[in-house]
Amino acid sequence: MVLIRRFEERAGEMYAKARVGGFLHLAIGEEATIVGAARALRDTDYLISTYRSHGHALARGTTPDAVMAELFGKVDGCCKGRGGSMHMFDLERRFMGGYGIVGGNLPIAAGFGLASDYLGLDEATLCTFGDGATNQGTFGETMNLAALWRLPVVFMVTNNRFGMGTSLERHSAVTDLVRKGESFGVPGLRCDGMDVVDTHAVCLEALETARTDRRPVLVEALTYRFRGHSMADPEEYRTKQQVAEWRLRDPIATFGDRLEAAGLLSSDERERIDTYAIARVDAAVAFAEASPEPAPESLYDDVYVLGDQVKGMYW
Amino acid sequence: MAVMRYREALNAALREEMLRDERVMLMGEDIGVFNGAFKVTAGLLAEFGERRVRDTPISENTIVGMGVGAAMTGLRPVVELMTINFSLLALDQIVNHAASIHYMFGGQVKVPLVVRMPQGAGHQLGPTHSHSWEAMFLHVPGLLVAAPSTAADAKGLLKSAIRDENPVVFIEHEYLYGQRGEVPDDPDLLVAFGVAAVRREGADVTIVGISRMAVTAERAAVLLAEHHGISAEVIDPRTLRPLDLGTILASVRKTNHVVVVEEGWPHGGVGANLSALIAEHAFDYLDAPVGRIAGADVPMPYSKSLEQIAFPHEAQIVDAVIGMLARG
Repeated sequence: MVLIRRFEERAGEMYAKARVGGFLHLAIGEEATIVGAARALRDTDYLISTYRSHGHALARGTTPDAVMAELFGKVDGCCKGRGGSMHMFDLERRFMGGYGIVGGNLPIAAGFGLASDYLGLDEATLCTFGDGATNQGTFGETMNLAALWRLPVVFMVTNNRFGMGTSLERHSAVTDLVRKGESFGVPGLRCDGMDVVDTHAVCLEALETARTDRRPVLVEALTYRFRGHSMADPEEYRTKQQVAEWRLRDPIATFGDRLEAAGLLSSDERERIDTYAIARVDAAVAFAEASPEPAPESLYDDVYVLGDQVKGMYW
Repeated sequence: MAVMRYREALNAALREEMLRDERVMLMGEDIGVFNGAFKVTAGLLAEFGERRVRDTPISENTIVGMGVGAAMTGLRPVVELMTINFSLLALDQIVNHAASIHYMFGGQVKVPLVVRMPQGAGHQLGPTHSHSWEAMFLHVPGLLVAAPSTAADAKGLLKSAIRDENPVVFIEHEYLYGQRGEVPDDPDLLVAFGVAAVRREGADVTIVGISRMAVTAERAAVLLAEHHGISAEVIDPRTLRPLDLGTILASVRKTNHVVVVEEGWPHGGVGANLSALIAEHAFDYLDAPVGRIAGADVPMPYSKSLEQIAFPHEAQIVDAVIGMLARG
């Protein structure tokens, strides 16, 4: 969580310095939802996320170097500079992508579940998305199909209370998102998305249900993003007081305090973890700076899988 | 060789590929118990069972999206959409996802997905079931696009599509489903993408026909020969991505006249695209501007009399060729 926090803070700084282009959606404040979910997965499970996915890649084991270089649009980025902030991917670690279309990743997640089921493999898929995505047609369609075909998928709605700048109460008639899968036959579980231990436990339970009982589960993680929707967000839709109240529940600080109070972690050790994270992110920035720009002649690479039929771009 | 209908040829392709490769599976609305709205999948549920032949709810975007996900993780899904008009509900998954994923994730993952759909007018199905949209999918890098016009090509191209590592939009035609043709029996005989078929050789004019219009163009060529003494060469590109531009250009350099015939709308159509490519590559060989014959620029009307004048027939092609050759 500390690494993700420090990474995203630096990413924000690099964005302000125009080293990072496009949109940059930070998950600062939501780290417990990311780490709680990722740590509940086996190596063979699939994780699929949204355009707010730097943390998911890092939690799955993608190096900070590869994620930062991708933000810089460099050739050593995890997607060779083709995807950017919103489209991270790491097949080897089964981080199956960040997706820029709200709700677009849900059917794809069900497809992973279908393949696992079809091939008789003991894999599960965890698919995260925001509260705003629960209003997309793909939400209902995918819940229905996943329940109908008994697919081993956990759908995790990261309810940070805003779909961009529109509050939950203003975008969803049903604000108990945990119930939003029920009419499709998908039971819900709720976790405290500011508490990594609770999130982890609920995700483990949901994954067990998906894997063993062959049925999807909807997990609602109650959380809050401390920063704007993206870096281009004047935050006129919420009060500073509300942000300040949620910051008191900072998932990293509260978890650290808890560990310290329980005698599991000293303040020195907390300091060392933070120092390590900062140094690691510094190294990632240096790596990304040093990585070359993609070669102009690589522009058309990977549009198609080349083979007998498609020998190249053809005009 | 066996004589079979276009729909039976498609059925044979699906069946053979399912027998060859356990990873090939089918999803679509009413493809199983109902045997398919156009009976292309008839008998496959009975033969392969519900694991491999899956009736789906009416959720086009999600069906295609599940195909994308399953293709990324080891299956070779073939998704049927009941008409090309319904593909608009799935455009997000086809364009933003299937076509983009290999590129935007830096080549790490492939999407070997086939999305089949029929197009075409002539059955009085009105403006939501009758259109022809090769051009829309032709527009998208990352997709392969096939539009077979014969039973043999329907089989050979579908088998190639299923074996390819790229996402394929496979455009069938409602009129052609019932047409018969000779089809090779050999289950290993494929029709490669990117190779046009010269349906008829000729010296005076080249007619490029897309999808069903390849058949209409052949009929027009017969009329031109029998009644007007004009020798027309008919080319069916068969696939639009990749496009066998070389065969078209070679023909144009020989005949110096070319007409492109499609059933879809004229603006931004296949003919518009081909006419630009021909002008870029063979301008000096043209004795007349590239002729374009397209469907009428209207949502498809229901009335039989109106519908019949809203898509091209042989007479239009004959008139266009005669007019073009009369210019010199």
